[in-house]
Amino acid sequence: MTDKEQYKVRKEPFYQAQGKEVQLYEAAYRNRLPVMVKGPTGCGKSRFVEYMAWKLNKPLITVACNEDMTASDLVGRYLLEANGTRWLDGPLTTAARIGAICYLDEIVEARQDTTVVIHPLTDHRRTLPLDKKGELIEAHPDFQLVISYNPGYQSLMKDLKQSTKQRFTAFDFDYPTPELETAILAKETGLDETTAAKLVKIGQTARNLKGHGLDEGISTRLLVYAATLIKDGVEPRDACYMALVRPITDDADIRATLDHAIDATFA
Amino acid sequence: MTMTETEYQHPLMAAYWKQLNSGFPQVKEVFEDCMAEALAVLNREELSEYLDAASFLGRMGRGVEPILTFLEEWPSVAKALGGSALPMVMQAIHAMHKSPNGKAITPFLQTLAAVARRQHSQDALQHYLDIALDLMARTTGSIHGHHTTFPSPGLPEFYQQAPFLLSNLSMAGLKNWVEYGIRNYGNHPERQQDYFSLQSADSRAVLQRERHGTLFADVERKLDLYLRALWQDSDHLVPYSTAFDELRKPIPYYDQLGIRVPDVFDDAGEIAGLDRYRAVLAHMVGHRRYTSAQIADNWSPFQRMAVEFFEDCRIETLLCREYPGLRRIFLALHPKPVETACDPETTSCLRHRLAMLSRALLDPDHGYTDPALLDFVQRFHAALAAGESSTSEIAGLALSYVAKTRRQSDQFAKIHFDDTVIDYRDDNRQMWKFIEEGDEEEAFDAERKIEPGEELKGLPPRHYPEWDYHSQTYRPDWASVYEALHPSGNAAKIDQLLQKHDALAKRLKRLLDLLKPQDKVRIRYQEEGSELDLDVAIRSLIDFKGGATPDPRINMSHRTSGRDIAVMLLLDLSESLNEKAAGSEQTILELSQEAVSLLAWAIEKLGDPFAIAGFHSNTRHDVRYLHVKGYSEHWNDEVKARLAAMQAGYSTRMGAAMRHAAHYLGARPSDKKLMLILTDGQPSDVDAQDERLLIEDARQAVKELDREGIFTYCISLDPKADEYVSDIFGRQYTVVDNIQRLPEKLPELFMALTK
Repeated sequence: MTDKEQYKVRKEPFYQAQGKEVQLYEAAYRNRLPVMVKGPTGCGKSRFVEYMAWKLNKPLITVACNEDMTASDLVGRYLLEANGTRWLDGPLTTAARIGAICYLDEIVEARQDTTVVIHPLTDHRRTLPLDKKGELIEAHPDFQLVISYNPGYQSLMKDLKQSTKQRFTAFDFDYPTPELETAILAKETGLDETTAAKLVKIGQTARNLKGHGLDEGISTRLLVYAATLIKDGVEPRDACYMALVRPITDDADIRATLDHAIDATFA
Repeated sequence: MTMTETEYQHPLMAAYWKQLNSGFPQVKEVFEDCMAEALAVLNREELSEYLDAASFLGRMGRGVEPILTFLEEWPSVAKALGGSALPMVMQAIHAMHKSPNGKAITPFLQTLAAVARRQHSQDALQHYLDIALDLMARTTGSIHGHHTTFPSPGLPEFYQQAPFLLSNLSMAGLKNWVEYGIRNYGNHPERQQDYFSLQSADSRAVLQRERHGTLFADVERKLDLYLRALWQDSDHLVPYSTAFDELRKPIPYYDQLGIRVPDVFDDAGEIAGLDRYRAVLAHMVGHRRYTSAQIADNWSPFQRMAVEFFEDCRIETLLCREYPGLRRIFLALHPKPVETACDPETTSCLRHRLAMLSRALLDPDHGYTDPALLDFVQRFHAALAAGESSTSEIAGLALSYVAKTRRQSDQFAKIHFDDTVIDYRDDNRQMWKFIEEGDEEEAFDAERKIEPGEELKGLPPRHYPEWDYHSQTYRPDWASVYEALHPSGNAAKIDQLLQKHDALAKRLKRLLDLLKPQDKVRIRYQEEGSELDLDVAIRSLIDFKGGATPDPRINMSHRTSGRDIAVMLLLDLSESLNEKAAGSEQTILELSQEAVSLLAWAIEKLGDPFAIAGFHSNTRHDVRYLHVKGYSEHWNDEVKARLAAMQAGYSTRMGAAMRHAAHYLGARPSDKKLMLILTDGQPSDVDAQDERLLIEDARQAVKELDREGIFTYCISLDPKADEYVSDIFGRQYTVVDNIQRLPEKLPELFMALTK
């Protein structure tokens, strides 16, 4: 049997609730409803799931989905051994067996037909058929499926099938309000409130440009990076250029505008 | 002439007059004054040269004007650049005198002083003279190539415009501007005159492009992003020209039609032109956010002016609260009036007082000592300490300021203007509303009724630049493209053509099936893959058990092969298509029709998005772009009917048509974009004498398209195409020698390209 403990979240992750999401998630978990977490990149989706796993004291198995992922990467596969073949459970199967929260991060990155394997786990059946092995796994009572995705990608290819979407309850995340985000930066990095507020202000300017040359604004995660650099003694402007502007754009005009916003804020 | 000698009592002056040796009575009238000025700036040798030069000009046989102008103008030229500049000027004059351009000498001398004042060194003047003489040499006409006989039509005009040009252009910019004129209007006297006298539109356009400073056109996107990112505001930005209003400089403003800003900003000290634009926009955003319109009727002009100054400062204070870095820019652009600069006994000082106050409100280190000013600065900050205050509250403060500091002299006609113009602020027209209709409102923006019958037919033309390879620049808005739907004919004709190629179609169909996306493709025999390939694995295991080396490639993986290609087929419909193809009864046009029909049928089968358009041109003013099939249309009877009606005529201005087609193709969301160009000859047009010009332009268009991610491919039917086609398309072309085989070649080519 797999060691459950290795998947436990041991230390409390810092998570600042933006609304009632913690209570709502607990209610969903009590009833073992599958959960979908939507929101732009770096707004705290993964942190939230990690925090909830810690709070509920359940093991958490995270799968970062990608384009090349196949169903067998989730479910499991036969490996070759000296004496024949051996079955190796995939992360989804493991989670269903040990009763973990299985978190499929950025699910739309995986191809749509791959994700169909999660269907039987997400309705009343709560089973996972392993057709290659000829086994039907009944999900552990503690098992829950969580997926996250970023609806910001404007691509026909990167969306969920309706049949997949309609199996989940959903949280819609967004970047926190300026006050909250300031508090998060201060708490996470120990930066003083005034500087943190300035960073948030710069973050806002970039978020205003979404759809005008930027696919996504500056995420909370990047703001945390900038705050960390400043805390480490880096000059604030340099930290902002490095952590906030250069990563998100190669567009010279946008860069000039954001650089100007930084200069105007850190006067 | 004994008479003249006796008139000058001073022996030195008499000697000068003798040296000048001029018989013109007009010269005599001003001679003494000119000499007085010349003596002040010229040393003895220079003076002698001055008189010799004047003497030469007087005996040139061009009347009194040259000598008179020279005598009057030279002292001030010498003052600006030194008297030693004379030899180079005289050299230029001699050159003009020896050519048929003697008439240009007078305008040259007339503007020489103004030009000289704009220069910083004799070198710069030499550059100016070089440009002028180059212009002269290249536009002076000759009939047999031996004798220069016609004067340059543009030269006198150029001299007349020179001071204005130099105030707007750097020397390099002037050179480019002149180059452009010579190149495009070298053979056309009237147009050349228009160009060099700044009458023609493109003369102004090129001037605009070459101006120094930060051009609005270059930073428009940055400004738009600035508004959105920092202020969550956005509006239409409309530039106004600052080049041609000499008397009254327009001021930025905004109204319901957009934000008006100047078309160019020079750097102001350490503040870059871009930051000046930003300051203008930030100020207007401040008004849009914080200012509420006030009723103007009950206030005097002075009171209104004070209210405007106070309100401008209020919103700027609020803006600086949001972005502290703005204060640096505002203060750098804000004039700093000297407290004692204005004398209230003789001059109206209201503007001066308000400008000082405005400075003091923004700048904590203003250093002014006037008690009333300090009092109001303090009251202003007190009003804003609690929050945003409001326009009406600040207006109250402004009114009491006017009451408190009023002076009798404010009514004087002589107004102190120095250091009181704050040029990043708008004209505050949005701040006022008028209850009674007066004569102060602007009526320009009132809606005008469009007279019935003025409606446009068809789409308005689109203008595209054209590449001029001589100067390596674009000619702005050079080609006008008119687009329209191709007229329709009989669709059955195309069906007949397709039927004729039935056998070919069947063969193509087999090829097409191979090409269609198979979606998921299994790749076997992989050492690393997503899944175990059991068949291979067992075979390997048997090998292993049997003692042989097992094949390690026992996994398999999958690959999807999708297609996401948008195609644009651009047909050259020029006159030459009407010729019979070599060794065939059919014209090239008919063969093209067959080929295009087959290709369209094939692409429709494949399901790739696909459009067809034709083009021909009749000079740059009339490039026709005809839609045959749009992306949203299927290969149906309507499209076939249009294809059937295809006709050929006129010339091939390929670059403009490609740019226009790219405008449609570029908007497609597909991964790969392919533009096929079917042509039977090199780009040419009746108004382009230089045959390289349109070839180079097409080559430039290909480069532009490449930058936009569009792959261009040319199918040329011209047997002589090898001479030029690779210049345009690099290696992306095929020459179809046997035109009769075009119908099968074209679809095959397409499939090979997109496999």
